[in-house]
Amino acid sequence: MDIVQTRQLIFDYDKRDDEGKVIGHHRAIDRVDIDIERGQFIAILGHNGSGKSTLAKHINAILVPTEGTVWVDGKDTRDPDELWNIRQTAGMVFQNPDNQIIGTVVEEDVGFGPENLGVPTDEIWQRVEDSLKAVGMLEYRSHSPNKLSGGQKQRVAIAGVVAMRPKCIVLDEPTAMLDPNGRKEVLEAVEELRKREQVTVILITHYMEEVIGADKIFVMDKGNVVMEGSPREIFAKVDKLKEYRLDVPQVTRLADELEKRGFPLSRGILSIEELVDEICRLN
Amino acid sequence: MIRDITIGQYYPANSIVHRLDPRVKIMCTLFYLISLFLFKSVLGYAIALLFLSFCIRLSKVPFKFIVKGLKPIIMLLMITVIFNLFLTVGGDTLIQIWKLRVTTEGLRTAVFMAVRLIFLIMGSSLMTFTTTPNALTDGIEKLLAPLNIVKAPVHEVAMMMSIALRFIPILLEETDKIMKAQIARGADLESGNIIQKAKSMIPILVPLFVSAFRRASDLAMAMEARCYHGGEGRTKMKPLVYRKRDAAAYAITLVYTVTAVLVGRYVSFHIWIF
Amino acid sequence: MSIKLEHVNYIYSPETAYEQQALSDICLEIPQGQFIGVIGHTGSGKSTLIQHLNGLIRATSGVVYYEGRNIYEDGYPLKELRSQVGLVFQYPEHQLFEISVLKDVCFGPANQGLPEEECVARAREALEMVGFPEKYYDQSPFELSGGQKRRAAIAGVLAMHPRVLILDEPTAGLDPRGRDDILNQIARLHQQSEMTVILVSHSMEDIAKYVERIIVMNKSSVLYDGKPKEVFSHYQELEAVGLAAPQVTYIMHALKESGIAVDLSATTVMEAADSIEASLKKAGKETVGTV
Repeated sequence: MDIVQTRQLIFDYDKRDDEGKVIGHHRAIDRVDIDIERGQFIAILGHNGSGKSTLAKHINAILVPTEGTVWVDGKDTRDPDELWNIRQTAGMVFQNPDNQIIGTVVEEDVGFGPENLGVPTDEIWQRVEDSLKAVGMLEYRSHSPNKLSGGQKQRVAIAGVVAMRPKCIVLDEPTAMLDPNGRKEVLEAVEELRKREQVTVILITHYMEEVIGADKIFVMDKGNVVMEGSPREIFAKVDKLKEYRLDVPQVTRLADELEKRGFPLSRGILSIEELVDEICRLN
Repeated sequence: MIRDITIGQYYPANSIVHRLDPRVKIMCTLFYLISLFLFKSVLGYAIALLFLSFCIRLSKVPFKFIVKGLKPIIMLLMITVIFNLFLTVGGDTLIQIWKLRVTTEGLRTAVFMAVRLIFLIMGSSLMTFTTTPNALTDGIEKLLAPLNIVKAPVHEVAMMMSIALRFIPILLEETDKIMKAQIARGADLESGNIIQKAKSMIPILVPLFVSAFRRASDLAMAMEARCYHGGEGRTKMKPLVYRKRDAAAYAITLVYTVTAVLVGRYVSFHIWIF
Repeated sequence: MSIKLEHVNYIYSPETAYEQQALSDICLEIPQGQFIGVIGHTGSGKSTLIQHLNGLIRATSGVVYYEGRNIYEDGYPLKELRSQVGLVFQYPEHQLFEISVLKDVCFGPANQGLPEEECVARAREALEMVGFPEKYYDQSPFELSGGQKRRAAIAGVLAMHPRVLILDEPTAGLDPRGRDDILNQIARLHQQSEMTVILVSHSMEDIAKYVERIIVMNKSSVLYDGKPKEVFSHYQELEAVGLAAPQVTYIMHALKESGIAVDLSATTVMEAADSIEASLKKAGKETVGTV
């Protein structure tokens, strides 16, 4: 069974006036059907305001649907009895590195999740050590988070989620506030994690370079899923993506531009090697 | 750089005092502080001095650090000494300059007050030098746990305290950034009278508050995402467990307190006027 | 010469355990009207550097000249300097505080001592320059979207009519279209006015597309200072210090290595496409669809 499923999902944000009275609503998610298979690397792309973060928050029941249903590991997110199970199943890493770290020492923060789950003390230590190892931050275990770089903080946040042994990790724009090195660190850690733990990874982002290795990509715009497919299929549609306020890596754009000028190149070129090969063949 | 400021000035070292359970340190400091107020003779302070020096030695915190903790209260110290020196009446007059009179009682009270204050500060500093703010919060939470019976929000308060501690350096840094941004827009935070200075704080405080609320909201969501649902059913990664050294510390402090108070209150001993 | 730095050094927390050299012997000349990009990894000193340009940070040693005057001399009007050299920090929307956008943008001109009508006029002008819709002028800045907040914040600095505009990572946190919009706006501003524009950024592609000069900071010193094509030709050295060149640079070098004669100095997609097209055509390959 799929790890995450949504059927006719609709979500409305209330619009309030100065006195707090509801004066209408803004439809952030407009009838979305998504199926996410276990163990996959899924990417949800979209510009700011497309609804991708709102959708992400439905996966761990931070938000519940206005209409429609969301199932996580077979459980309905509206079921109050399953709330904490769902959140343990689907862990989430947020955008702002500082605003999700609670402990004043790295290892204590990673232990926060297991503490909440009532895990016995000895096992907490084991999990903390394993998780920090999994993200490559074990040597920083006694450090204060304040002294870490953005990329390191995000890795600690990921360790904190991994320590809860979730079946699925949702990363909501984890690299938006990081510099290129930090971004690389985090993505490498996520990749490592996927290989070792075989956990489902759902990456929410607007950076196209990050999703080249995904098994499946969903593109969102105005609360709808407007494109669905493999990276190659999605990247091939450069102009469509531009319409949805997204952009492709330079290599894909270059291939697209050359194709427009009449050169027969494959669609959806993702890497420099591919492009170079194809151009050489043309020569 | 601002992020390196530690509240209460924790001095990392590997001493037995550092390794004591925070509850022990809190309670013993309390006993020690109370004892300071019960002395009547100089003997009490002498015994307190011995105890304090013993603890400082054990803690491996350099003496000059402990003394640094006195810097903020130098003013208070001076004021206390001067007031008591000149305003206390009793005993013989030692010096008289114009209308200002220093009596033996005045000198005695002034010196005792000064010593008490100094010992108080040094003792408390020692506690904060050897205990991380988080350990302190854990200790206070455990000590106040009996209040749970009357449904006092002990866990919630402790959680709030540790989150506040975590975010103080972050908010300080943010204040610095906001100040720079407003100064870059020509804001003048230095000149003007009190009212003008207060007004010039608005462009700093409003964004700071907004930011703090935003962080709080983000943090709450992150905590819920990690299954935080209050104190029920929570286990601890670093539970506070008494060890032999804690029992020894309690014992030593008890001996000190009893001895010092008994001797300091009931044994007659005088050096000059003290 | 608009701004000149002579042997500027800056040391954080001198004589403490946290002492750190943030800037080492920086010598720079910035002529009026140039469009400059400053790149460097986190900790390279680029943020510290730009805060020296408007006197927010005072150099530990060395001199900063603005329009020929030493800004460290006695009685130099630093407040005046800050209206001439405008600095927009990263995530500038965090500085918004007034009850309406218009009032917030008036803050800068008001601090310059201008009468209210003038402040409002400048605020409106600045908001228009950044493409901020008029219908939101009276709205609370806290109710805007991220992109709008950022525009409002930038307008707040523009309203002071600076001659030099410094922007620290103006595209941080924006989505691709948001990034393009802001950078296009900035480029347009540079064209229309005679402002010197200094852009601090992590994105090589962004920088390559817009600026005429790049200063590369590395570990508190200037590593490279020149035209984009020059700077990116050192792409291997850039990589060695944790930076990168635009992806196009790598593509061109890879093509060259595979025997295709292309212009190695191309840094944008269009330049690369032109060069590849030319090279393939020269090799006599027909394009599909030509008759």
